[in-house]
Amino acid sequence: MRITCAQAVLKAFKEEGVEVVFGYPGGAVLPLYDALRESTIRHVLVRHEQGAAHAASGYARSTGKVGVCIATSGPGATNLVTGIATAYMDSIPMVIVTGQVPVEMIGRDVFQEVDITGATEPFTKHNYLAKDRDDIPRILKEAFHIARTGRQGPVLIDIPRDVQEASIDFKYPNKVSLRGYNPTYKGHYNQIKKAAHAIATSKRPVLCVGGGVISSNATDEVLELARRIKAPVATTLMGIGAYPSKDPLFAGMIGQYGSYSANKAIKEADLLIVLGARMGDRATGKTDEFTKATQIIHIDIDPAEIGKNVSTNIPIVGDVKITLRELLKFEVDREDWSAWQDIVEGFKRDIYTTRQYTQGLDPVAIIKELSSLCSDETILVTDVGQHQLWAGRHFEVNRPRTFISSGGLGTMGYGLPAAVGVKVANPDRQVVLITGDGSFQMSMAELATIRQEGLSVKIIIFNNSTLGMVRELQQHYYDGKYYGVEMLGNPDFSKIASAYSIESVKVEKETEIYPAIRKILDYEGAIIGEFSIDPNANVIPVLGRCSDETYIRRIG
Amino acid sequence: MKHILGVLVENNPGVLSKVSGLFSRRGFNIESLAVGVTEDPSISRMTIVVKGDSYIVEQVTKQLNKLIEVIKVEIISSDSVVRELALIKVGATPSNRNEIIQIASVFRANIVDISKGSLTIEITGDDQKISALVDMLKDFGIKEMVRTGIIAIDRGNRVIKVSGAK
Ligand SMILES: Cc1ncc(C[n+]2csc(CCOP(=O)(O)OP(=O)(O)O)c2C)c(N)n1
Repeated sequence: MRITCAQAVLKAFKEEGVEVVFGYPGGAVLPLYDALRESTIRHVLVRHEQGAAHAASGYARSTGKVGVCIATSGPGATNLVTGIATAYMDSIPMVIVTGQVPVEMIGRDVFQEVDITGATEPFTKHNYLAKDRDDIPRILKEAFHIARTGRQGPVLIDIPRDVQEASIDFKYPNKVSLRGYNPTYKGHYNQIKKAAHAIATSKRPVLCVGGGVISSNATDEVLELARRIKAPVATTLMGIGAYPSKDPLFAGMIGQYGSYSANKAIKEADLLIVLGARMGDRATGKTDEFTKATQIIHIDIDPAEIGKNVSTNIPIVGDVKITLRELLKFEVDREDWSAWQDIVEGFKRDIYTTRQYTQGLDPVAIIKELSSLCSDETILVTDVGQHQLWAGRHFEVNRPRTFISSGGLGTMGYGLPAAVGVKVANPDRQVVLITGDGSFQMSMAELATIRQEGLSVKIIIFNNSTLGMVRELQQHYYDGKYYGVEMLGNPDFSKIASAYSIESVKVEKETEIYPAIRKILDYEGAIIGEFSIDPNANVIPVLGRCSDETYIRRIG
Repeated sequence: MKHILGVLVENNPGVLSKVSGLFSRRGFNIESLAVGVTEDPSISRMTIVVKGDSYIVEQVTKQLNKLIEVIKVEIISSDSVVRELALIKVGATPSNRNEIIQIASVFRANIVDISKGSLTIEITGDDQKISALVDMLKDFGIKEMVRTGIIAIDRGNRVIKVSGAK
């Protein structure tokens, strides 16, 4: 059957199980849009291409499926860039299709030409410039395969307009052959055996779990391991949801903005079991002071992550789920564990009490109230800033893929479009976004997408009229000399809501918190809840200038 | 420390930029990079010389392996056959031309072009040999020099092959 390459792209999407694409049209993707018009695949029109990428990423994070987005050449493609980089840093499976100027025109700086494969090369897992029509089926097959296997990530396909229009005999390959790409799933037997021995003979083991546990769907195995060896479990920001917060073994989030108990447990451990985490700088602080553990087991599907940030004496390259299953076949159970558990329990009690808020609402109290009113099924999306860290630390997340946040890149403006993607993928689940007045304004235009698609997203804005996170840094490191952080000129968010015919509620008093959250959660349809929080509230109640080390030690 | 890597890559346009981009992005120092097609026309082989300690070499190898179009990365031992080709144009006058030709012949280098004011010498060898010749020619005035960057191949039966790729 002869069809156009644009139609072939849509057929390939079907073959790959794609149900929805997020996009924005333009001249160089007209053939694709014409094929979309005829296709049963849903197209969600966003308001900015960055929103399309973030929405695809939210879709992927909440479902584990590959998220797909489309944009035109030139400015359409460059607008995607932040979204692609955000997905790359968090290893999110995505396929991005961009239009390109016709093949003959490439390299002549014609209207809306940009070298998007060149531009995105550092932060795509792989990318293609599809100049030859006959390559289209193979490239699509490979792109989805690469995006969803191994360490997942975004793959971009740039297709010139004339190639989209060209006809081919469509035959979708059923196999890929990539001799340079062959991820290792099964951990090495001897290494696993060594790990089992290290665990069985350890006194103070701690599990440190990252986003890799979620992408490999290994949460059951992690739970089993933790319970069998009675080890406390700490997560990275990306690992939130990989272990139930309500479990007694849960020690909290590690890192500069993590909890005292998690950081302290890792520091005092004699054996660290790192699972699907890259141990980035925000998670470890100074790596030489990070832990006293003499034994470190590191299981990761990406060999390049092992030994990159923290040196490991038992490295295991493999899929976390498959490898843990093998590990659990060994005698890993430990005899004497109660003393260590008591110690960690002690760390948890050692919680720094936050001060009284006088100038506005206590953000932590709001998060705790929200958390208590949400079920485990609720998907919480955050933006980037203080509100993200308050949410990460105080919202009880018990299920994987229910905490959606930009970790590695820390992209403000991620929240609202990501929530669009999450809600599109999970129409029957409660989707709550926690955002800041700064972050929200970066993607506010996507309210139209929410309206247009009838998405019932619950938007909670922590309004401190400040870029709070930066203000907090200036307080600690620049003696409180604030500059460029005051958000003068903020709009009236309830008017913004009503301009889009979206319901809203504004909360300024403590007594209003509970009824407002009830209303937000119970309301059928999108709603914005604006909470006026104390502009001086900090994530970390530390006074004065201090080294990273004390910074971490003092964390509450 | 210098390390020589033999890297098999898909012979596609764009691979070179992906590899060189990786080096600059991750702050790895490339001393030289040479690339050409192999006995299999779908595969090119790069010879990359990197400077760094064992941590760097491990990272370079792992990061290169992450590129989809990189098929295989191997470290080539220092006692391998290592060669580079250089073309050197030296200023020459009727009075010193013979002297230059003599120096070249000591190095088993060839004179590949001759004109009234200059001589062009072609030399193959390892870095040391080429540097030594360059040193000798400096006094005559080197007008231009091009070097290919080194290529290397293991001695004996050892080969870098696709089978059992990474
Ligand atoms: C796109 C982008 N620009 C700048 C930053 C730097 N930055 C990190 S947090 C932050 C402030 C966020 O303010 P807001 O969204 O109001 O949240 P708050 O910290 O007040 O809770 C800024 C500017 C960033 N992370 N992302």
